[in-house]
Amino acid sequence: MCGNEALAEAAIIAGVDAYFGYPITPQNEITAYMSRRMPEEGRVFVQCESELAAINMVFGASATGKRSMTTSSSPGISLMQEGLSYLAGAELPAVVVNVMRGGPGLGNIAPAQGDYFQATRGGGHGDYRTITLGPSSVQELVDCMGLAFDLADEYRMPVIILADGILGQMMEPVVLNGEKRWPKREPPAKDWALTGASGRKQNIVRSLWLKEGVLEELNNKLHRRYKQIEKNEVICEQYEVDYAEIVVVAYGVAARIVRGAVTRAREQGIKVGWIRPITLWPFPTEQISKAAEELKVFLVVEMSLGQMVEDVKLAVAGKAPVLFFGRAGGAVPTVEQVLETIRQLTIPEKR
Amino acid sequence: MGGQRNDEGLSSGPPEGVRMKANGFYEEVIVAGFGGQGIILAGRLLAQTAMKAGKEVTYMPAYGPEMRGGTANSMVVIADEPIASPLVSKPNSLIGMNEASVNKFAPRVKGGGLVIMNSSLIDSEPEVEETTDVLAVPADEIAVELGSQKCANMVAMGAYLQKRGLFGADSAAACLADVLAARYHKTLPMNSEALRRGAEFAKTHS
Amino acid sequence: METVFERTPTFKDCPTHYCPGCGHGIAHRLVAETVDELGTRGRTIGIAPVGCAVLAYDYLDVDMVEVAHGRAPAVATGMKRTNPDKIIFSYQGDGDLAAIGTSEIVHAAHRGEQITVIFINNAVFGMTGGQMAPTTVLGQVTTTTPLGRKAEGEGYPLQVSELLAVLPGAIYIERCAVHKPAEVRKAKKAIKHAFQLQVDGAKGLSMVEVLSQCPTAWRMTPAEAVEWVDKEMTKVFPLGRLKG
Repeated sequence: MCGNEALAEAAIIAGVDAYFGYPITPQNEITAYMSRRMPEEGRVFVQCESELAAINMVFGASATGKRSMTTSSSPGISLMQEGLSYLAGAELPAVVVNVMRGGPGLGNIAPAQGDYFQATRGGGHGDYRTITLGPSSVQELVDCMGLAFDLADEYRMPVIILADGILGQMMEPVVLNGEKRWPKREPPAKDWALTGASGRKQNIVRSLWLKEGVLEELNNKLHRRYKQIEKNEVICEQYEVDYAEIVVVAYGVAARIVRGAVTRAREQGIKVGWIRPITLWPFPTEQISKAAEELKVFLVVEMSLGQMVEDVKLAVAGKAPVLFFGRAGGAVPTVEQVLETIRQLTIPEKR
Repeated sequence: MGGQRNDEGLSSGPPEGVRMKANGFYEEVIVAGFGGQGIILAGRLLAQTAMKAGKEVTYMPAYGPEMRGGTANSMVVIADEPIASPLVSKPNSLIGMNEASVNKFAPRVKGGGLVIMNSSLIDSEPEVEETTDVLAVPADEIAVELGSQKCANMVAMGAYLQKRGLFGADSAAACLADVLAARYHKTLPMNSEALRRGAEFAKTHS
Repeated sequence: METVFERTPTFKDCPTHYCPGCGHGIAHRLVAETVDELGTRGRTIGIAPVGCAVLAYDYLDVDMVEVAHGRAPAVATGMKRTNPDKIIFSYQGDGDLAAIGTSEIVHAAHRGEQITVIFINNAVFGMTGGQMAPTTVLGQVTTTTPLGRKAEGEGYPLQVSELLAVLPGAIYIERCAVHKPAEVRKAKKAIKHAFQLQVDGAKGLSMVEVLSQCPTAWRMTPAEAVEWVDKEMTKVFPLGRLKG
């Protein structure tokens, strides 16, 4: 079972009622898997005419209170931005998986992390955010599915899982229905859902607010929710940060490579640790800011030419130097390259 | 051997050529050939065998248009520690099933590494480091003897397993049913035998 | 005193924002009457478009959602597939359905989604101030065809109903109008039939196109607009049942 198939099964375990998809490499295994498994489970699968249609079908199912999702890869996710903005405006939960590939444009089908800005900044029009999870192993991809649905329901907003071509295509040992890494949350009652106005007043799901001041009220409400998420939902892993002189920050597949490089660098006596954000938004600003107080050097490694590095710089706020190493266009940094970058960082200070 | 970090771990008697760390091994394998040779299946079998043996393992196929282009490859990393990158740029071992793939990947094999090449389809000598062990296996010919050219991948895999000594050909054979689609299960005995014959060939030709 | 006419309950008791002479109010009422007559208010979900009818939920007292421009048939698909027992309808204008949303309506019909579409065709983009729509007739003056629409470069009026009628997944397509009482009665019958098909679980999409007058964007009096529907619009968009 490859990462794509594992995440599809994890979504079924998480209770997804409806999956809507459109073919695009490197995530086609998800759509194929769902086309078989969803009907087996008596749930909904639709192969859509476009990503625009897919995200709007998600919108429709979600408006009736059902757990729904779609998956795509970078160019398809661009098309979905309209729908994501409407989901945010209408306060509807949804889970969207982006198995990232190289860009811009049609780019290529190789793994990349070039959609970080798009995912963490909202992506579509208007003043909104999407919770963004950046798993780094097939197991974590699986674990993130349940969490994503729980967060989407709890905060009534779209949640994006930012994977990439490697995670989607690779296989590694995975436990699908094991102990939950993040405990399952009790979903709140969806009394806003469109279920037919039987014995109650009409429910309306909308994002248009023309009367003066009403939209600002919605914006403020969403903003308060986003602040609460920033306070409560940050997940990140740290390794030997307290004793390190260099802290490497990376997410997703890049973080695996960093972990390999840091392990070897430490064998060579270099005092280096790492921070791995799992939630990319909310970003672990506080954790990084705290680490920056102790005059460390930060190195950010990405499969792009520098996107998350901006969040790290905001968190560090000038308290420490922030350096960057990245490969783009589908190129993946090797353990040796990251190790060499770390070694070079140590030369001026240590000799 | 693979760089600065390997000097300490060699005393514990690891399989020869496998890059060692203090706490275990880190084997990076590329299986390559052309589409239809069972390249993906062979890689998945190795990954499944490693997983059943309790190792950390990743398996990564080449995907997309490449799969239609004539050469196919899959990358398997097996280790005692969590695996960094599932992508393999410089393998310890190569199982090359056709000339194009050996030409492409053999020069990337690390010194002290292992190349299993399908001599039924490859005439030339691979371009490798001096310390790399090359074993030419007439995989297609052995496979035809067993009943079908299609199990040449398993002959080569058997030879690899024997040379590397990480897992036995019989533990791989026990995993065949996991990776082979049910409609091919009638070929299980032939594939098991192919693994065994490959291993036997490696034992007698080293 | 005998009551000969009363407001149907699903049509809310409030003034609408529609211009004098506009056809939307009538079309809304026909939908509301249908919902009440079929007794399906408690399981009906409506979809408002982007266009003049964006606030349809202010007038129709059923569960409603407002969606992105043109995407109503996709949203309807998501709703109906996950809620086969609900009655799902979209209410879309010609900018929404015939311009930006052609892909969604064609594919919803193509898949045979069991939804009902009320398609209001007034040959113009009303809400944005009267620009040319795909349905604008040749020679018609709009803010973006100041000299009148010409076929060359601007195309011929798009006949969506005819286009959809050839798809096996569309089981009922009828074009109606609301510019005179007899036509309103026919439109009511068509809308009710379209909903009834869904209630009965008929396998496919039903759509009623309603030619509607837009005096404001047409720069006409309501009386002139009614006349224009009768004389000009029906020439390009002939009334009647196209399918089913």
